[in-house]
Amino acid sequence: MLYSEKVMDHFANPRNVGEIEDADGIGEVGNAKCGDIMKMYIKVEGGIITDVKFKTFGCGAAVATSSIATEMLKGKSIEDALKLTNKAVVEALEGLPPQKLHCSVLAEQAVKSALSDYYRRQGIDPVPIVGEIGECEACH
Amino acid sequence: MEKRFIYADNAATTAVSKRVLDAMLPCMTEHFGNPSSIYKLGRDAERAITDAREKVAKAIGCSASEIYFTSGGSEADNWAIRSAAIRLGKKGKKHIITTNFEHHAVLHTCEFLEKQGFEVTYLPVDENGLITAEQVRDAIREDTAIVSIMYANNEIGTIMPIKEIGEVCREKKVLFHTDAVQAVGNVPINVAEQNIDMLSCSGHKIHAQKGTGFLYIRKGIPIVNLIFGGGQERGRRAGTENVPAIVGLGEAITAACENIPAKIAKVSAMRDRLIDGITKIPCSRLNGDRKQRLCGNVNISFLGVEGESLLLLLDANGICASSGSACTSGSLDPSHVLLALGLPHEVAHGSMRLSISEDTTDEDVDYILEVVPKVVERIRAMSPLWEDIQNGKENVQKPLKFVSPLN
Repeated sequence: MLYSEKVMDHFANPRNVGEIEDADGIGEVGNAKCGDIMKMYIKVEGGIITDVKFKTFGCGAAVATSSIATEMLKGKSIEDALKLTNKAVVEALEGLPPQKLHCSVLAEQAVKSALSDYYRRQGIDPVPIVGEIGECEACH
Repeated sequence: MEKRFIYADNAATTAVSKRVLDAMLPCMTEHFGNPSSIYKLGRDAERAITDAREKVAKAIGCSASEIYFTSGGSEADNWAIRSAAIRLGKKGKKHIITTNFEHHAVLHTCEFLEKQGFEVTYLPVDENGLITAEQVRDAIREDTAIVSIMYANNEIGTIMPIKEIGEVCREKKVLFHTDAVQAVGNVPINVAEQNIDMLSCSGHKIHAQKGTGFLYIRKGIPIVNLIFGGGQERGRRAGTENVPAIVGLGEAITAACENIPAKIAKVSAMRDRLIDGITKIPCSRLNGDRKQRLCGNVNISFLGVEGESLLLLLDANGICASSGSACTSGSLDPSHVLLALGLPHEVAHGSMRLSISEDTTDEDVDYILEVVPKVVERIRAMSPLWEDIQNGKENVQKPLKFVSPLN
């Protein structure tokens, strides 16, 4: 199986690893049984995502997709962040092997999960805005 | 610490040795004849195959006429089990016994036969990855066609009580096949003494080239032809022989079986140093029995770590290893071998197999012992699962029971 250079770079040198203590939103998706967990922290100021951090338990692709997703989020408005798709994550990584595509789905869900938590903390029901965050299909 | 390159995946494959290559090369350029040809060039090739067959026979204690060359271990496994099923199934023997942690060459053959109306008993291995002759005895029925049990497991290196299982099968008059792909060259084998009716071997695990192997079939056991065509392999497996590969295999198995006790002494000392050193890492466990174990096999799980990440970071440090994680198995389930031990998925995902050889050095062992803890620590530092473990979360309580303490 071949990973692109971009995937290997993000795996070997993951960006934005860690936690945000006073995060405005925290999302966690996946489960240990399937071998993938992504936890994403966001800081929001004036509707803009000013900081993103992540922690991931998973394969090379799982680490790389979460890493690049944090890069893609930083500086974006919440509205734009909601539009982040797994396809965009895959493109930014210059492709993923077919059996690893579910990792990009997980990254998209991690972002949505963090945004949902942000809305919830604001007293806003996230479901009409973010939608339901389904379980990763590949895990079932 | 200076970066080294260490090949610690000898259970996956091995390099062709100089000795084997030297034996093979003339068969490609000078003695290239077809063994079926009448002139000297052909006769020389035939003689080379005869010599190789004798070398193989000598290595496992049988006669040359009982050796059939194949493309490798998988072909030999397929052939042995399907042949027994086809011949004995007709006589109403439609039951097969194997274990739940065999190589897929055996398991998938059995699954295929299940679809053809055979019933298969998959004996469960115990938590240490062993089965007993008693389990086999209890499972044998009137209609049992064949028992197929691996000699040594490819992932966790556990060695089965083959002689005792063979005894039971002989007593009950049931065919006994063993997949000895990982065992040949690592444990002394004598098919006559060990009551083995059929045995599969692969060349590339013992420094021959890929795509070569053999099936031993005890004299008198009827066999179904595998490939129809010319008269090669006594008409059982047609097709012009792969002379260089066969000659290489003869040389490789001779070399591998020359001094097995010395190899075991040397390699198992390094293996034990690796096991003792690596299991000092908190929340780790050795998979597979500590004693009944191949001399080169180390298989350790780290909770909170995912196997593929571990392999990629080991690779970045020059160490070639393998894992039973889902991500490396090509499916979403971790290795069936680790699950057969009763391990939770979380523990199976974080496994690492090192398979060392006589070429491994003490310096290599030192280097691995330095690198592995660092790599595990790095992965754990960014693992939310490790965070849950440290915080004593409910979801990790079950997997924690399978590993060494956190502190």
